[in-house]
Amino acid sequence: MNDALDVALRLLVVFVVFLTFPLIIGQTEHKVMAHMQGRLGPMYAGGFHGWAQLVADGVKFAQKEDIVPAGADRRIFQLAPAVALLPYLLVLLAIPIGPGESAVGEVIDAGIFFVLAVMGVGVLGSLMAGWASANKFSLLGGLRTAAQLLAYELPMLLAAASVAMAAGTVSLPGIVDAFEWWWLPWQIVGAIVFFVAGLAELQRPPFDMPVADSEIIFGAYTEYTGLRFALFLLAEYAGIVVLCGLTTVLFLGGWHGPWGADGLGWVWTLLKTAILAFVVIWLRVTYPRLREDQLQKLSWTLLVPLALAQIALTGVVKVVNP
Amino acid sequence: MSLTAAAATVAHTATTAAGATVAHTATTAAGATTTAADAHGFLSPTGVEIAFLLVGLVTLGAAIVTVTTRQLVHAALWLVVALGGLAVEYLLLTAEFIAWVQVLIYVGSVVVLLLFGLMLTRAPIGRSPDADSGNRWAALTVAIASAAALVWVVVDAFRTTWIDLDGAAAGSTEVTGKALFQNWVLPFEALSVLLLAALVGAIVLSRKAKATPATASTPSGLSVSAARSAKAANTTPANETPATETAPNEMPATETPDSGTADNGTPAGATADPDKGGAL
Repeated sequence: MNDALDVALRLLVVFVVFLTFPLIIGQTEHKVMAHMQGRLGPMYAGGFHGWAQLVADGVKFAQKEDIVPAGADRRIFQLAPAVALLPYLLVLLAIPIGPGESAVGEVIDAGIFFVLAVMGVGVLGSLMAGWASANKFSLLGGLRTAAQLLAYELPMLLAAASVAMAAGTVSLPGIVDAFEWWWLPWQIVGAIVFFVAGLAELQRPPFDMPVADSEIIFGAYTEYTGLRFALFLLAEYAGIVVLCGLTTVLFLGGWHGPWGADGLGWVWTLLKTAILAFVVIWLRVTYPRLREDQLQKLSWTLLVPLALAQIALTGVVKVVNP
Repeated sequence: MSLTAAAATVAHTATTAAGATVAHTATTAAGATTTAADAHGFLSPTGVEIAFLLVGLVTLGAAIVTVTTRQLVHAALWLVVALGGLAVEYLLLTAEFIAWVQVLIYVGSVVVLLLFGLMLTRAPIGRSPDADSGNRWAALTVAIASAAALVWVVVDAFRTTWIDLDGAAAGSTEVTGKALFQNWVLPFEALSVLLLAALVGAIVLSRKAKATPATASTPSGLSVSAARSAKAANTTPANETPATETAPNEMPATETPDSGTADNGTPAGATADPDKGGAL
């Protein structure tokens, strides 16, 4: 009975995090973009520093009619947002935010594999949406999504493999436990490759060719309205939470910090995640979109070799300094 | 996707299941499994066994729908269900590592590649009347024969082996890695050579496809679209854009869902698009 209660409590906490953190990221994005680009709405909505902007967005989405195009494949069209969103909920279960078994939703033995595998499933949602919409722009978006996933899954895996080699385990809490401060310069190349590849997998700018609103009108999501479209947006924000949390756990030492080791580790994790999320938003506001062939080139000619070099470096250091 | 290929998929799925079960059980035979069948019976199944059976039924059903449906993309999506069901079966057999790798490789990459290929060539919404094959009985025979052989081998090899679910995880990453790189390292290396051969083959194929339009002074073997684009490139030498950026010319060849069941006669896969990246 106690066990069941414990599991239920953990699931509840993870679910609450899943419901709130993406919204916090969304509101942060509104505010950061507003400051960087001089947008007025998020500054004034609701009177006090634009607090009501996100609420207004939510009300707007809920009011809109849920339309399925006549030529669409109805069931797959309706299922796609759920397929895009749910994997991130599962991934959140495995990310540890503090030391010990109490600060992670569920300890998973092969945590890295679980996380990367399930994140890859989320892309199926975009593919389904792109195909089922019966729209050429959506189909193009779906194609770009697939090409992008195939290109960026490999460097992401290789970079994660490098950390797993360094730590000698594939369990996420195990990796943070083994972390030392000098891993940061040692694994910095892998960290950058992982983060960039993760951005591409989330289709965030500057890697947002699949949704490029100015050329293919939001790609796979062209035909979506109302709450289903909001679910796709939510999946994107949940993806940011997951990517930043994972980068923190794998490369930035999770709950390790200069001080506050006793009981305040989770603050470090959240702080690092928040800073990374800010960087994600910052990149969106500052960088233009890459072209599709530039995107493929970046992955295959730069990120994959860099990740392989990082693995070689990790191996050499492991052998020299066991 | 012809029925033959689809049946082969089912056979392959069964192969994967049986093969991994063999490897897994062999892995754990020395350790946490008990060979005494007396403590276990078929008449009083535990919850895990019932779940295993139910998931197996769902997997089988999804695999059958995959090969029988007339909607190509639906077949690919049912394949996701079948492969995911297999991953759950691995989990129930405590082979956690293999389960996640199954999801990563098959659901995350193979199916995405499959969908990518379908969308790039022809993925009509609705039924494809020509998605059938005259080989259906041959395919069924092959599928049943291979499934029977695998089931017989697996059952005969492990009939009294039982996995102890209460002890330490018998299929953890550590155990799997040790078994793979100590006992099974030769097959592992043979497989990597096979993959290398596939890689080299892919490069050879793509090089040929690239060379053909460039040297196509006599476009007899080319499809209409490729010939047209090659002709366009020849007749307008002033156009400085390289062939990679003639994406708009290529696009009409890609069949979109809007065209429904209409077939434009040229399978778009045969248009030998030299630079797929340019068309995206």
